[in-house]
Amino acid sequence: MTAELLLASLQISSPEVLLALGALALLMIGVFSGDRSSPLVTGLTIAVMIVALVMIIFVAPAGEAYNGAFMMDGFARFMKATALFGSIVALLMTFANAKSDQIDKPEFPVLVLLATLGMMLLISANDLIALYLGLELMSLSLYVVAAFNRDSIRSTEAGLKYFVLGALSSGMLLYGMSLVYGFTGNTGFEQIAQVLSQETRSLGLVFGLVFVLAGLAFKISAVPFHMWTPDVYEGAPTPVTAFFASGPKVAAMAILVRIVSDAFIPVVADWRQVVVFIAIASMLLGSFAAIGQKNIKRLMAYSSIGHMGYALVGLAAGSETGVSSIALYMLIYMVMTLGTFACIMSMRRADGTAVEAVDDLAGLSSTRPFMALVLTALMFSLAGIPPLAGFFAKYFVFLAAIEAKLYALAVIGVLSSVVGAYYYLRVVKLMWFDKPVGEFARTPGLLKLVFGFSGLFVTAYVLFGGPVGTAASAAAKSFF
Amino acid sequence: MTDWPILSTVTFLPLVGVVLLLLTGQEGANGRRNVLNISLATTVVTFIVSLFIWIGFDNSNPGFQMVEKHEWLGTGISYHLGVDGISMLFVILTTFLMPFCVLASWESIEHRIKEYMISFLLLQVAMTGVFVSLDIVLFYVFFEATLIPMFIIIGVWGGKDRVYASYKLFLYTLLGSVLMMLAIMAMYWNAGTTDIVELLKHGFPAGMQTWLFLACFAAFAVKMPMWPVHTWLPDAHVQAPTAGSVILAGVMLKLGGYGMIRILLQMFPLASDYFAPMVFALSVIAIIYTSLVAMMQDDIKKLIAYSSVAHMGYVTMGIFAANTQGVQGAVFQMLSHGIVSGALFLCVGVVYDRLHTREISAYGGLVNNMPKYAVAMMIFTMANVGLPGTSGFIGEFLTIIGVFRVNTWVALFAATGVILSACYALWLYRRVLFGALEKENLKQLLDLSTREKILLYPLIALTIFFGFYPAPVFDVTAASIDALVNNYSAALQAAQKLALAVTH
Repeated sequence: MTAELLLASLQISSPEVLLALGALALLMIGVFSGDRSSPLVTGLTIAVMIVALVMIIFVAPAGEAYNGAFMMDGFARFMKATALFGSIVALLMTFANAKSDQIDKPEFPVLVLLATLGMMLLISANDLIALYLGLELMSLSLYVVAAFNRDSIRSTEAGLKYFVLGALSSGMLLYGMSLVYGFTGNTGFEQIAQVLSQETRSLGLVFGLVFVLAGLAFKISAVPFHMWTPDVYEGAPTPVTAFFASGPKVAAMAILVRIVSDAFIPVVADWRQVVVFIAIASMLLGSFAAIGQKNIKRLMAYSSIGHMGYALVGLAAGSETGVSSIALYMLIYMVMTLGTFACIMSMRRADGTAVEAVDDLAGLSSTRPFMALVLTALMFSLAGIPPLAGFFAKYFVFLAAIEAKLYALAVIGVLSSVVGAYYYLRVVKLMWFDKPVGEFARTPGLLKLVFGFSGLFVTAYVLFGGPVGTAASAAAKSFF
Repeated sequence: MTDWPILSTVTFLPLVGVVLLLLTGQEGANGRRNVLNISLATTVVTFIVSLFIWIGFDNSNPGFQMVEKHEWLGTGISYHLGVDGISMLFVILTTFLMPFCVLASWESIEHRIKEYMISFLLLQVAMTGVFVSLDIVLFYVFFEATLIPMFIIIGVWGGKDRVYASYKLFLYTLLGSVLMMLAIMAMYWNAGTTDIVELLKHGFPAGMQTWLFLACFAAFAVKMPMWPVHTWLPDAHVQAPTAGSVILAGVMLKLGGYGMIRILLQMFPLASDYFAPMVFALSVIAIIYTSLVAMMQDDIKKLIAYSSVAHMGYVTMGIFAANTQGVQGAVFQMLSHGIVSGALFLCVGVVYDRLHTREISAYGGLVNNMPKYAVAMMIFTMANVGLPGTSGFIGEFLTIIGVFRVNTWVALFAATGVILSACYALWLYRRVLFGALEKENLKQLLDLSTREKILLYPLIALTIFFGFYPAPVFDVTAASIDALVNNYSAALQAAQKLALAVTH
């Protein structure tokens, strides 16, 4: 690699370089000044991320870097900006109750920053090795973050569970990659696609493909690799859960899209049936299993499983419309989830104890009208009722499915969304129809800001959705 | 004045009221009065503004008028509004009934009046939007958006089983309409546009029409509601507050009928023709079966709800007769039913506010101390039965004529429904108003208050006016419906020619 090429590569990956250097520097600050520097480090982390976000949107040039292992294209830009934005908001929310959540240590923001760096590398990965490196950097940071509140049994359990199952899935992914490499002789996505389009695909490659898909399905918590999700969502400190539900999901979905639309596009018929199965199973499980949930974090876990299923409907289409619909879906889903978690984090009694039962929301419309209004909008939006943003997210993924003539998938999808509407309605019912059971403490301004913004986004999307949709379809042009 | 976006103004004007309501407090008698005044002013002003649509409407033009079109959401979906002879009067009906809803809630809604009025105004936006949209995605957005406020209205201010009723309403309607969403997408990929004006010109392949018809029919049949998917309606009506029932019967049910005329009949003529016998069968069952069910009810509101299902049977029958009389009758029946059933629910509200029960057996002999009420109720009952001289007659008569030209048996069964409706309506009237005034608590009841007179008298006037002189309605609808019927038979003839050409 010549100096010139290296310089160009560094330029293309400049946001990642900034995040990596920032993580190292902030770790030093944290280590040398101890626990009391936590707010400072968190603040600086957010600042670094904001600079990286600006660089991703405006500065970093498009192109391939590091001999084709790293790809910065329109799709990467859109997904990176989305994931990074999610991390920023999630980290911002930790300010609200850092002390009682036991996450007021400087290592916490640094780990989040490292996980975010992993996401960025993952989204840009254009090579199997780069994919694995990015994925592991993200996952290892997430395991630690999940178990961050080490005095809590549930948190350590969540971390351990996540780690064991995550390691298993990484193993599967790695095994699948080795098979793919063995049967195509390449690790680069373009080269794999080239080989696959020239010769008939072998059975070994299909095995490899399935293992790779299984490994990635674990990361987006799609059925049947979803078992960790409810436990981890429930056990991890709430700000951590909010973080899990945002950036990492976006990044894992992005790489899933990239690998099938880039490397495996010649064998679309082979992966489509896998994706269709995963999508159907996730939508159905997400809808039915959530009905009986009493804990709102578990409820959101099942909701996220269902939503990943809907996003995969767009992927199953395997078309430009499909990819743009996923990009849009992930953005809208992330905003809705962050808003919902901001509301969940505001569920604190006056003495500071956090409550997590769905029933604790009873009568919220008379005790906290603004929060109830926002949460109502978010619930209807998650259920996909127009005119809220969640409807348009669903609309475009199903549009792509119909274009690809996947009628059965689309019908099952919309019917399961009706079942899903039931439990979202239950939350609305509790807030509006029932008598209050007790008041929550004053909502911290920061959380109010986050859920206020999220509520505004889902309600006003009908007005300004045009540019967002255009950006998503521009992102999808990278592949087709 | 011609460039002024009158349809957007009428559609979104209630949002001004919502903003004003958000800014006012509802504490104390003063706050309450402010909320009520703002809501009443908003709905009345919206109604007055909407009359300009009628004034500016060109009766001889069968196409869409007052069209507005803007880019929206980038991907081919446009913000496209317009009205023709079929949709225009529904807009007026919506804006006309809203002030009545506000007045009907004047005293009966005791808590959270502000949220209540906001829900109603949002509901008005969504309902008006359905009738004026000329983009099918926009249509769907408005169509579905009606569910959110209705869910809240029934769930918060409803009766004892309000939670069950609101869930049932929401999930039933959602289940019907998600299939329509898929049909809309399939239409988009086939025709390359979501613009209703373009879609009306686009002939869908015959095989595809069948599926598209079934998917959209599911949505409209639930909304209408047709037998056997009508069971959400009685529950919703019984639990809803009076104004909720008025708007549910008056306007929400018409969304389904309007959708059938606009989308099923005009876009899928071949499938409509193919499925017409099925629709006739369902309509006849609805007319006879729900009339019989209505006779057995102990709850006044439930009885009227079942009678609504029966009356909607005439509408679906008329629409799928697909001739001028049938469609004219269906549109007229919907408008008339909007006024009459709305008024009947208001009448129920009058006694419910006094006695807080809807049990028929709790009443009897009211004619002795509430003569004015008895007269009002008599007129609306007669209109509901379809007595000549009331608006109910015109619609029923025309739909039966229309269907007679297509299938005499259907007309015969439908006509027996008129007799049955006389049975349950008159029986209800007898049990509530006639007989001896024996129950102690009934003796203190006062006759109509001024507010209630303001509510009921205009509706009486309209019911009788349109019963004797329906021309203003027919003048508006004639051109559009003629064009519709001509296009429909042209499409059928073209398909027949094609079939003949293939066989020879």
